Amino acid sequence: MKKYILDLKVLSNRALNQNHHLLELGSDEPLPVMVPGQFAEVRVDGSPSTYLRRPFSIHRVDRGANTMHLLIKTVGEGTRHLAELKKNDTLNIMLPLGNGFTLTRNSEVLLVGGGCGVAPLYFLAEQLFRQGNKVSMLIGGRSAGDILLAGEYRAFGNVYLATEDGSLGEKGMVTAHSVLKKEVSSFKKIYCCGPDGMMRAVAHIAAANKIECEVSLENTMACGIGACLCCVVETNQGNQCVCTEGPVFDPLRLKNWSTAVETGCSLDQ
Amino acid sequence: MPGLEVKLHKLTLKNPVLTASGTFGYGVEFDDFIDVNALGGIIVKATTSLHREGNPYPRMAETPMGMLNAVGLQNKGVDYFVENIYPKLLKYNNCVIANVSDSTVEGYVEVAEKMNRLDHIQAIELNISCPNVKEGGMAFGTSCPSASAVTRAVREVYNKTLIVKLSPNVTSIVDIALAVEEAGADAVSLINTLLGMAINAETRRPVLSTVTGGLSGPAIKPVALRMVWQVAKAVKIPVIGIGGISSATDAIEFLLAGASAVQVGTANFTDPQTTVKIIAGIEDYLRRHKIAEVRELTGGLLL
Repeated sequence: MKKYILDLKVLSNRALNQNHHLLELGSDEPLPVMVPGQFAEVRVDGSPSTYLRRPFSIHRVDRGANTMHLLIKTVGEGTRHLAELKKNDTLNIMLPLGNGFTLTRNSEVLLVGGGCGVAPLYFLAEQLFRQGNKVSMLIGGRSAGDILLAGEYRAFGNVYLATEDGSLGEKGMVTAHSVLKKEVSSFKKIYCCGPDGMMRAVAHIAAANKIECEVSLENTMACGIGACLCCVVETNQGNQCVCTEGPVFDPLRLKNWSTAVETGCSLDQ
Repeated sequence: MPGLEVKLHKLTLKNPVLTASGTFGYGVEFDDFIDVNALGGIIVKATTSLHREGNPYPRMAETPMGMLNAVGLQNKGVDYFVENIYPKLLKYNNCVIANVSDSTVEGYVEVAEKMNRLDHIQAIELNISCPNVKEGGMAFGTSCPSASAVTRAVREVYNKTLIVKLSPNVTSIVDIALAVEEAGADAVSLINTLLGMAINAETRRPVLSTVTGGLSGPAIKPVALRMVWQVAKAVKIPVIGIGGISSATDAIEFLLAGASAVQVGTANFTDPQTTVKIIAGIEDYLRRHKIAEVRELTGGLLL
């Protein structure tokens, strides 16, 4: 897919909670073709300590309105500047980068997102729904305030929730949710994005139940186009760039992913 | 229209803007963003005699106006390069230069010999300055006898333009430059990255898997400019300036300090169109200053 560098216009910037913003972007020209799971590298202007671009999943694309959204989590200076963008500001963006998820048709799928890991899953859920899949979503967070956009995902199917403090949905880690236990075998494919430990645990559950799985990785990046070789992940074929070989991977391709499980992710099946 | 052509030993570049090895992949990564053929030339990712996995993740830390990297020469080895990558480079009609590195003199010689047979590779840049490998790399570039020995050994098997890329992590870069000139280098390029380090105070751990890494980006420009100026005064061979170049003004400063050409590195990561913008900016500068040829700028610093 051809990559572009564009100046997009900020159409709106909505705070979802204290540290998450939904940025709506538009252009006078038709936006490039993008698929779920791809990402964009955003230049942060006016932040002297932010030298490199910041990668973000493409959260949603509305072709009819010619708009797209990014879900921004504030983690440092760069993202704080992005959170402060106002309507009519300009954002310089490189996209679409990386490879998307493999979309199934007329199947039964589960999407698992933790924290801001839900970012690529809206676009994915929408496309999977359009392709005739029965879509279920499992979203987890520390507390009710961390569960993002659960209501909007309901348009595409069942939404299951888990919070560590039990303030919303089932109490406990997202990976300990009942939908990942006895019901899990009803799914033909699991898509996952979230913290590393969560994705490893989900990959392990998928492998144990012989369910196809794809995870979307987030490594520290410089270029986003396979030139710097900084964002590598260890795969069965050696070190590969997350930006160009991923960010979506079949965890069976990732070294030690389906066997090793980070502590802190409950897996009592 | 001002003349942009420059000469580097036997090479004629259509303009003085090259890409720094390790920041431009094999050129093809940038095809969507720029006309790669518009550049003076490209210096592709380092090639070693054998396949290298490079260092473990994390390999990168952002720093004020720059970044540290610890990639560690990840590449599939020279035989893979010849068979699989070289054919993809044939579409470029500007100057294609290979960056050559290894852990042993024999390894450098092997890669150089194989590169010598590739018609479309018009020059090699000997990387004796990578700070991110345990053996070789920078170890060759930080003493005059070893820099001289590897240059001399490669010179014997390589008969096209031989550029040697110098490390700034030395007491006197001028001495190293003179040593490689004496050993047969046709040009020197400088600087490679400065050895640096980043610590995460929260976790009390180093950010990079290798603890230390190479610093690049605008943060290193003043150091690079000083070194280019010192080396250009001392050697007779052409000097290629590298270090934080992000704009036409930066590039012109390096030319004035004595460089015949420049390499754009880390700026390719923040804006993949930096190189073509620099070429346009140099042309504009020449027009504004009524200078006929860009090569008149080389060493034009007024003291």
